[in-house]
Amino acid sequence: MARDINTKKLKKNAFRYSKVRGETASRIRIPGGVINAKSMARIAEVAEKYGNGTIFVTNRQGVELPGIALEDMDAVNSMIQSIIDDSGVNQEERDKGYPASGTRNVVACPGSRLCPFGCYDTTELARKMDKMIFPSHLHVKIAFTGCSNDCAKVRMDDFGFIGMTEPQYDPNRCVSCEQCIKYCSIRSVGALSLVNGKVVRDTAKCIGCGVCVAYCPTRAWTRSKEHYFRVVIMGRTGKKNPRLAEDFIKWADEESIFKMVRNAYAYVEEYIDPNALEGKEHIGYIVDRTGFDEFCKWVLKDVNLNEKAEVASRVYWGGRHYDRSNDLM
Amino acid sequence: MGYVLSRDSFTRVLKKIGQSRRIYAPVNKVGEGRFTDVDVVRYDFVTEAPEIELDKKSDYAFKEILTPLSQTLFFFTEDEVKEADMDEREVIIFLRSCDLHAVKRLDAIYLENKFVDPFYKRIRDKVRFALIGCGRSYEDCFCVSMGTNRADGGYLFSVDMIGGKYYFDVKDDELAAIFASEAESEQAVEARYVTENEVKVTIPGNVPVSVYKDPLWEEYTVRCINCGRCNFVCPTCTCFTMQDIFYTDNGRVGERRRVGASCMVDGYTNVAGGGQYRRTNGERMRFKVLHKIHDFRKRFGFDMCVGCGRCDMVCPEYISYANIINKVNDAVEGGAVNG
Ligand code: SF4
Ligand code: SF4
Ligand code: SF4
Ligand code: SF4
Ligand code: SF4
Repeated sequence: MARDINTKKLKKNAFRYSKVRGETASRIRIPGGVINAKSMARIAEVAEKYGNGTIFVTNRQGVELPGIALEDMDAVNSMIQSIIDDSGVNQEERDKGYPASGTRNVVACPGSRLCPFGCYDTTELARKMDKMIFPSHLHVKIAFTGCSNDCAKVRMDDFGFIGMTEPQYDPNRCVSCEQCIKYCSIRSVGALSLVNGKVVRDTAKCIGCGVCVAYCPTRAWTRSKEHYFRVVIMGRTGKKNPRLAEDFIKWADEESIFKMVRNAYAYVEEYIDPNALEGKEHIGYIVDRTGFDEFCKWVLKDVNLNEKAEVASRVYWGGRHYDRSNDLM
Repeated sequence: MGYVLSRDSFTRVLKKIGQSRRIYAPVNKVGEGRFTDVDVVRYDFVTEAPEIELDKKSDYAFKEILTPLSQTLFFFTEDEVKEADMDEREVIIFLRSCDLHAVKRLDAIYLENKFVDPFYKRIRDKVRFALIGCGRSYEDCFCVSMGTNRADGGYLFSVDMIGGKYYFDVKDDELAAIFASEAESEQAVEARYVTENEVKVTIPGNVPVSVYKDPLWEEYTVRCINCGRCNFVCPTCTCFTMQDIFYTDNGRVGERRRVGASCMVDGYTNVAGGGQYRRTNGERMRFKVLHKIHDFRKRFGFDMCVGCGRCDMVCPEYISYANIINKVNDAVEGGAVNG
């Protein structure tokens, strides 16, 4: 039988177009980068049975199984069903694999499940976000990181959420040992000072990393009950204008960030270039086109940010513009 | 007398007792631990039974009421000194057997160490105790080795929570009447105590000077980060430092504070001129350990450490003080064998 494959469908079904003729790679979606060992074993099985026996671990915490014959895509789709069930990824039809690939896997650092500095459960929020936005063919990248260390490198994404805590100070428990001051200065931004034997926090300077809380020996510093987020937007890699995401909001709350992402999808639907190649235009380039104010209008619609939240009035992105110049400095 | 009470009736007892007294007990503080979504058990004032954490061992000790982490002793102006006010009510502290033994250590330091500390005494005079029975040994406890696993007296009543019911052995007659009025039943009750811990230590008899020079301490110069957490959670660490705070630039109005100090953190042994007696963390560890299990005993006749294990539980570097005791003992015994 002649080989007649719709490559557009193949890609949307989360298979990769391979340079090796007749072959593809299956892209397994793992929101938050956490998967059960049982599913990992299943991934290995698929790689052995249909692939070339290797597993490619991607930069966005998914895995790809290369060397799969195009003819085996259906068989692979039914074999990965248990993985899809296990990782809780939304699906349209059972045994048909993933219904989309445009909206990329949601990335997360280990966060508070593992990391002493994690300010919230990054895995849980990544999964919750994936549930909300997937499946979608729109090209959007979202990542969660537990604290300002940004181990998940969320500044490379369209939306990056950086965990924050608002340190709470009980002067009656403070013994002036100055460890919070020392470690805020060494490991963070140096927002603390000692005044009359008690610690004063420069609230404008404090980035909410929680280092002071981790080092205080007496529990004079504790974490706020609320979990907060720094929202950074429109970072990207790519040929034209790679750049880091810039700060949009600090001290945002969980409910608001989810609403903002939902709004962002509506904004993209409205403004995406109808003639874009393969219907794919990155949200960052749309913002470049419509302007920041229009983006804000859409994204902040009906969002009731908590009182503490501060929104940037302007956002300026840097990075190189290779479409303008390829010269070295 | 022994009484069995429900949770609600225990709360009613606490309310009655609390009319003229304050009740200080271990409380599980949700999310107030070092890391996100981690609780910490530390002492606070309570009014109801469910607030008292009777299951977990407290991370911080009861001593914070007797020797506050930060306490204003008096205020001063140019020509006047005014002692800080204090609550005059009696306090009942809920604590476990090891901690009740720790009170004896605090008293030794603050009341029997040549001088009587008036600030300690004025609160100590108001304090009574309620014993929390130990239904099991916790991780890191070595109270049996230290002989502090059982309290014989020194408390008003004991409490054990078993299967949702509270069991009291009430030693105080006035309180017995209150318990009796709320009790579901009267029966013989004995506070539970443990007879074996997983962690065991052997306290060395006499520690020869050679042990001070033993290489065993060097490891801690590298491992310990001199955070002092082991001191701040310890029920028997008693060190403090004085602070004179001036509210105004002319420096004539202010207050004198006493704040907790730690022999492990930087600055503890600083003296005028920039000297520091114990520079390395290994030296500080040696001082701490030998003070707890040797030097104190030489003066008072019993060991300072009560084996509560909190210092092991809190150490971010997984340094086991209990293990150090055993290492010291090995060094002493080895030394003896080697002559
Ligand atoms: S970003 Fe922060 S929370 Fe996440 S792994 Fe790095 S240090 Fe830990
Ligand atoms: S949260 Fe971070 S930046 Fe803020 S005071 Fe604490 S250590 Fe410093
Ligand atoms: S680390 Fe804690 S006890 Fe030490 S100075 Fe800071 S707040 Fe006070
Ligand atoms: S030295 Fe450690 S085990 Fe001993 S009383 Fe202090 S905290 Fe408890
Ligand atoms: S808690 Fe551990 S690391 Fe900190 S001072 Fe004590 S022994 Fe050293």
